[in-house]
This record gives sequence, structure tokens and C-alpha cells, in this order.
Amino acid sequence: MAKEVILELKNVKKSFLIGKGRDITVLDNINLNIFSDDFVSILGQSGAGKSTLLRIMAGIIEPTEGEVLYKGIPLKKANARIAVVFQSFALFPWFNVLENVRVGLVGQGLNDEEINEKAIRAIDLVGLDGFEDAYPRELSGGMRQRVGIARALAVEPELLLMDEPFSALDVLTADNLRGDIIDLWREGKMPAKAIVLVTHNIEEAVSMSSRAVVLSHNPGRVKAQIPLELPYPRDKNSRDFKFLLDKIYTILIKPPEEIPMMLAAGRYQFLPHAKVGAIAGLIELVHDQGGRVDIYALSSELSMELDDIFPLIEASVILDFGEIKEGDFILTEKGGKWAQADTLEKKEIFKEAALQNVQLIKQIVQVLSTISKHRVSEEFFIDILKNHFTPEEAWNQLETAIDWGRYAELFAYDYDAGELYLEENETIDM
Amino acid sequence: MKIPISIPAETFKVRLIDIAVFLIILGILSFLIYIASEWGTPYDRTLEINLNPSNIPQYALQSVARIFSAYLLSLVFSIWYGYTASRTKIHEKIMIPLLDILQSIPVLSFLPGVVLAMIALFPGKRIGLELACILLIFTGQVWNMTFSFYHSISTIPKEMREVVKVFKFNKFSKFLRLDLPFSAIGLIWNSMMSVAGGWFFLMACEMFVLEDRDFRLPGLGSYIQIAANSGNIEYVIYGLGMMILLIIIIDLFIWRPLIVWCQKFRIETVPPEEERESLIFNIFSGSVFIKKVVDTLNNALNKIEKFSYREFILSGNPVMNKISKALGLILLMVISIIIIWAILKASSIVSSVSLDNILTIIKSAFYSLLRVSVALLIALAWTLPVGVYIGLNPRAAKMLQGIVQIAASVPATAIFPVILLLLIKLGGSLDIGAVFLMLLGTQWYLLFNIIAGASAIPKDLIEISRVYGIKGIRKWKTLILPGIFPYLVTGLITASGGAWNATIVSEYVSFGGKIMHAAGLGALISLSSASGNFGLLLLSTCFMSLIVVGINRLVWKRLFILAKTKYLLE
Repeated sequence: MAKEVILELKNVKKSFLIGKGRDITVLDNINLNIFSDDFVSILGQSGAGKSTLLRIMAGIIEPTEGEVLYKGIPLKKANARIAVVFQSFALFPWFNVLENVRVGLVGQGLNDEEINEKAIRAIDLVGLDGFEDAYPRELSGGMRQRVGIARALAVEPELLLMDEPFSALDVLTADNLRGDIIDLWREGKMPAKAIVLVTHNIEEAVSMSSRAVVLSHNPGRVKAQIPLELPYPRDKNSRDFKFLLDKIYTILIKPPEEIPMMLAAGRYQFLPHAKVGAIAGLIELVHDQGGRVDIYALSSELSMELDDIFPLIEASVILDFGEIKEGDFILTEKGGKWAQADTLEKKEIFKEAALQNVQLIKQIVQVLSTISKHRVSEEFFIDILKNHFTPEEAWNQLETAIDWGRYAELFAYDYDAGELYLEENETIDM
Repeated sequence: MKIPISIPAETFKVRLIDIAVFLIILGILSFLIYIASEWGTPYDRTLEINLNPSNIPQYALQSVARIFSAYLLSLVFSIWYGYTASRTKIHEKIMIPLLDILQSIPVLSFLPGVVLAMIALFPGKRIGLELACILLIFTGQVWNMTFSFYHSISTIPKEMREVVKVFKFNKFSKFLRLDLPFSAIGLIWNSMMSVAGGWFFLMACEMFVLEDRDFRLPGLGSYIQIAANSGNIEYVIYGLGMMILLIIIIDLFIWRPLIVWCQKFRIETVPPEEERESLIFNIFSGSVFIKKVVDTLNNALNKIEKFSYREFILSGNPVMNKISKALGLILLMVISIIIIWAILKASSIVSSVSLDNILTIIKSAFYSLLRVSVALLIALAWTLPVGVYIGLNPRAAKMLQGIVQIAASVPATAIFPVILLLLIKLGGSLDIGAVFLMLLGTQWYLLFNIIAGASAIPKDLIEISRVYGIKGIRKWKTLILPGIFPYLVTGLITASGGAWNATIVSEYVSFGGKIMHAAGLGALISLSSASGNFGLLLLSTCFMSLIVVGINRLVWKRLFILAKTKYLLE
């Protein structure tokens, strides 16, 4: 059966200007088709440009290069047939449920009865009948997101875009809402012909959608597309389900060989945003479990999501405390030693590992040692980092490096002055 | 967006309150007619203010009309300016610093330009002078409202703005459904402050000397001033009593109900700790008549909104686009021509100022700076302990806050005559007296902010310091001062701005038929305005503007950033 192409992305690239003619590429070379009856999940770590991609699909932002075709016609502005569900719900606090849902219908040239009829139908669909007069502040998070979904469905969109719609909800509420959406989709009650879901929750993607698109990060490129053809309702404990989870996990985490390659290729090393305390917690836990764990099992055991646990794993890999094989996380010899060490030894081991493996920390220590007063403004490093990252990311990078460097007692940081400095007798011979 | 579906058939019962509403509307109509008939008359150069107290209500009504006309003008201007500034980056880069400068220019510096222009537009007509007076009050009211509106709409969350794009709102819908509700609360609070400020400058705006000519309009401000000039304290007190009564009535019947009503525009989704109440609001929301009016208004807005989506109105219509572009271009050209003309004119005026005068300006600026600093220090010295005490003791807060609020709602200028009388009796000079006059207007900003700051210090921090026996100076250094710092900075910024603005009215006072003035920049501005020395006026205004903006940039802004980062209690 030939499926209709609803949205077509051709060689889409998105860069943001970061001043002085420099720019940073967030998305690169994205080629993607959304067909009718497609339920696509877009997966990637934070910083992979998932949300940017969704906004390009919605027509909210324009790609720097390439084009987006809606049913073969270039998408210039937001299109009335493409609706979006937002992570923060984005409801109008001064409108009640009905008024919030009517919002998208007012400009469509319908009369009042038609508008109300459509709005109420959408409200019933998401199970909010009886709450038409309630204001958002009277509703729980889950119900607020139902309003957000009703608002999107009320305009009877061809394409429904959802930007991490469950990540602001607690676990049980999110599960419940996911179930309801799958039911609507399966039973053909969903007015939309296709759904795109942006998420960092792999289990969510595998349990809901018919295809997963995995993005790499920095810049975001399509790393893989994995068909998810398990029959609904999907059993999370089945072997097939677990196999798919493992597969996606393995694709998502870049193989460790890539890291030195990246350095060689002149790209600045990306520090995952992980605090030393959390890394230590992970390493000790893995050590207690025999030094090798399944990442998916670990994340569900800790009830941590992709965005929480990946930075820790990546940091461990960068520091050479662990490695990844076939969806498992395995401690290295050094990692095992670190897990067992006492507080002082831990600092020593970490210091060595950081100096050996972390480009930014190495650079900071070098600069501080060469300058006679051993004190440098943070702006200096931010300027360097801005050549490689967005301004926001540059600050994140420095913040992580400061956390690590402080722990290792490689250098200190004066918050008030915004300066990094070497404490006395700490000049290090490199 | 009210939908007439599930409304039960309401028994159209007319209650007592509906009769009251009807009477109020009647009253407002006759008030408007009265004002129109007054303002339509030719200007009477020999107008005498009749000090007989039976005339006070009539004068008061006229002053109220002026203040509210100026307020409405401020509201429209604020929304237009703030909206335009937030539209594009270029607008923002020009318009926001410009606003900073405009804000620092004292009311009296606008006086000659505004008055001469209005008199030229309406020669011999009273409406010209009325408009001038309204415009002057406007220049004292508008800036903080504009900042508030601009700030509100530029802090609308990103996802809310995306909703507007995704669901294809047009400009009108976006303005009506997002921008306006989002800024309502800030706008209403600032409206309160602005109208209060209107009372502050009423005396200066209703009666003034320009190029040695006397201008006066019948009003409460001129009544009090004349009464004070003739040394008639009894009449001054009557006038002041009327002013205080009006302030209380306006607060009770307009601001309080509005504040309760605008709670629906809160952004946070958690309920507030304490619900705001207004008796008047509760009574009036029981009126069937008002309900009808509100419903009709709602329906009309919905109709207008729908109508605005027709192709030819707003979006996509090339003819309309061309027309609006052309209009914008013409407006831009007119403004540029006016600016260029003003600069040329100004430079020719300023070139007439002698070197001696420039030295005087610098000296005066120094004195005023000293006075403002001393006033701030004195204010700080008493508001800090008192504010912290009230803020940390909820019981004291309940008792004292009411008293403090009443004290603060009395406009400082209203007590000026009393203070001046004391000053003259004691034989003091205005050089020092001006400090106290400034203090009257500005100390409240500090006090309120300190109370708010102290009551926002988290309970567990207070308990911790008790557990560790932190007392006395150490408690102030480790807990209280860092805790209230952001509030303190906000209070100081407002108080400093207010003090500079108050130099105009406090360094130069005409009282009991004679003019007293201190050596200061404010006095210089008043003096040069009265004598028509426009070169001196322009130059000293520029100087004041420079100082105020400079201090804002160099001192307050830095402290503010520090307060927002390091001392933020979350």
C-alpha cells in the first residue's frame, strides 16, 4: 500500500548565530519522511536538537538550509493542519478548559456553535468531560496536559507534534496518559493522521511508536531509524521489547572509540553535565553489582531517564572508569579501584584521570600555571569555549569542569570575582 | 470568550446594588458633562481661586478629571510604546534606553515646551492650558507603567509565544488574549503608583509661573497652594482633608476591586497563600446589571476578534500592508524632522548659556547629589530597623501595616505646607529643609520593600540562626542583610529616582507669598523655567538626566544584578 507522505524534510540544517559571524550547527543533514499512519519517536540526548527539529516541522522556526515540504508544498509559516503539544502545557491561565481548547478554532471562520461543538468533542476525547469550566490552576499536571492535547486535537490536524509531553508529569500519571493516547491511536479515534513524539525516554518510544528516529548530538544527525513493529498492547517484559530497548540504547551511546577520534579531528571534547558525586554514586553501584550491568536495567532500577543517566555513563567513559559493550556498562580496572578507594585516594585517582582525559581541565590547569598570578577570569575560558559551543553550552561546559577540577583540587573557583585560580603550592608540572 | 451554553435561565432580579450602579453611572455622566462645560470656556487670565471651603468639592472634581485624563493617556502610551519596543530588536535598542533618559527628566523641565505648544494650538482657550496640565501630569505618571508593560510582555514564556504561532493567532488576538492579560497585574500595580504620583505633582502642574507670567487652573492643587500662600492654615487643612478622602475613595472603589479582579491573570498555577479580598468587589459582582454589561462586552470582544480574522483586515492583505508601511514611514519621517529641529533649536539655545552658568550647574548638581544621598541615608537609618522588625513579627505586621499604609498614601506634597510652616517658625533654611521634604516622598518605597524582604526570609534560616545562637550584629550580617538584599536594592532604586524627581518641588517652594529656594539642581530647573531662561533649563535638565542615568547604570544596575544572582533566596 502506497502511503501518503505528509511531511518531508530534505537536507535540513539549522545553525544559530553566536555572534561575530560565528555560528554553531545544531541540526545537520536531516532527511526524514513522515507518512500517514506513522507514529514516529525522535530520540536523542539533550542537546541533540530534538526540540529544534520539532519546531522546524511545526513551521515555528525556519531551517538554515534545506526545505520542509507539507504534502509536497514548502512549509513557510505555521500551518493550521499541524498542531503541537508542549512540554510545559503552555495553557492560558486566565482561560478555562473550554476557552483554552477553543483557542485554535477561533481564527478558522467557523460560527460559535461549530467552534463549541469541535472543542467539546476534543475535550470528551481526552476524558475531560465535566471539566469545561475549570481553570488550569484547579487541575493536576496530568489533566493540564490533557487540555493541551485536546487543544491540539480540536483543530483536527493532519500531523500532531508532541514535544516531550510527559516529561513534566510524575511516573504514574505519565503512564496513564501514554496508555490513553495509544488507545486513541489504535482505535483510530485520533483525528491526526500521523504523530511525531520527541522524547528522551527510550521505553516510551518503544512502547508507543511505530518508528524510532535516533539523533546523534553535536550536531544532531539522523543516526538510525528503527522500525518498531511489535503488536499493541506491547508487553514491556517480553523478549522482543527488551531486545529493541537494548538495541536503541546501544545506538544512542556512541561507541567509546569515537572519543579520541573526535579529539583527533579537531573537535572540542564535549563534557557531559555530570557532577562528581553522581558519577561516584554510579560507579560504586555498578561495582557492588559485580562491575557489569545492563544499562536499561540500571536505568529502570534507579528510575532514571535517559537524560539523567547518560551523562553519568558518558563521563565515566571519558574518565576511563568504564566502557560500553552491547548495551552493558562495564567498569575498567581504574573504575574498580576508584569505587573502592577512600576519600583521599579517590581524589588522587580522579585528579590523574581528569588531567589525562579531559581536554578542558587540562587547558585550564595549563593556563593557570603559566600565568604568574595564577588567577584567570572565567570569561577567558568562556571565550575559548564559545568557539565550539553555544554561549549557554559554554557556561555548562565550564561549570562541569569547575565541579570536577574543584573536587580533584586541581584549581579553585571564586564565585564573587568569577575567577579560577590555583591555590598556593598547587602549581602543577605538566 | 464566554460561551452562552450552560447558563441557567436567570431570574432578572433587580437588587439594591443595581440601583446604586445606575446612580453611579448617572453621576459619572453628569461629571463628564460638567468637566466638558468647564474646559470649553475661554481662558480667564484673572482667575481667582475662591478659598471658601464650599468650593472645594468642585475644585476636587476638576483635579480628579485631570489626573484620570493623564492616567488614561499614560495607559494608551505605555501599551503602544511597550508593544512597539518589544516588536523588533532595533526598536528595542533605541526605545528602551530612550525611556531610561525620559524617565530621568523631571516634570518641570517639560513644562515650558508643553505649555507654550498647547497655548499656541488653542489660543485664548482654557482647553489649551488644561491639556498642558494633563500632559505635565502625564510626564510624571507614564514611565514606570511603560517599563512594567514592556517588561511583562518581554517575559512571556517561549512556549506561550509558540502556541500563538502554532494556532495562528492574528495580531489582535495575540494582543487581546496573551499580551494584555499577561501584563495586567503589573500594569494595575503601576497604575496605582502612577496615580498616587499624580497627586504629588498636582500643585506644580495646576499653578505655575512661566516667563514671569502666572498660569493657574481651578483645582485642588491650586486651592491648597493659594491657601498656603495666604498663610491660611485652616483652609490648607480642609484642602488636604479632601485630597486624603479622595485618595481613600479611589483606593477603595477602584484599585482594590481591580486588584482582586486581576488575580485571575496570575501566572503561577499554585494558589496564593492568602486570597485578596475586596468588599466593594464582592458587592458589585452581585449586580445583575454589571453582569449583563460584562457579558455584552465579552461578546462584543469575541465578535471583534472573529471579525479581525477576515482576510482584508489584518494579515495577508497587500493593500493594508502597504498602507500600514507607508503610515509607519511617514510617522518615522515626521519624528525624525521634529528631532532634528529640536536638536538644532536646542543647540542654539544652549549656546547662549555662559560659562558662569555652567559652573553654577555643576555646583548645584553637587549640592543636590549630597541632599539626595543624605535623604536616602536618613530614610535607610529608620526604615531598616523598623521594616525588619515589622517583617519578622507577623503580629506587629498586622497592626502596623495598616497605619503605615495610610501614612504612605498621603501625598508628600500635601504635607509640604505644614512642614514649611514649621521650618519658617524654626528659622531653618530650605538648604537643609529640602532634605526632609525629599524624605517625605521617598522613605515609603524603602520601608515597604524592607518589610516585604524581611517577611520573605525563610523560616528555617531564622531557626538555624537561633539554634546556633547567632545574635546581634552577626545576625544582621549573616542573615538579615543578605536576606533582604534584593528587596533593599529595589527599594533604594525607586527611592533614589523619587528623590531626584522630588528635588524640583522641594528645593524651590513658593509659600506665603514668597519664594524660598535652596542651592540645588532642582531649584535651578524650577527657577529657569519660571523666568523663561530656556538655555539654562535645557542644560540643567540634561545634567540631571545624565546624573540619574549614570547612577542607575553605574551603581543600581550592578547591585541589582548582584541581588538577582548571589542573594536570591529560592
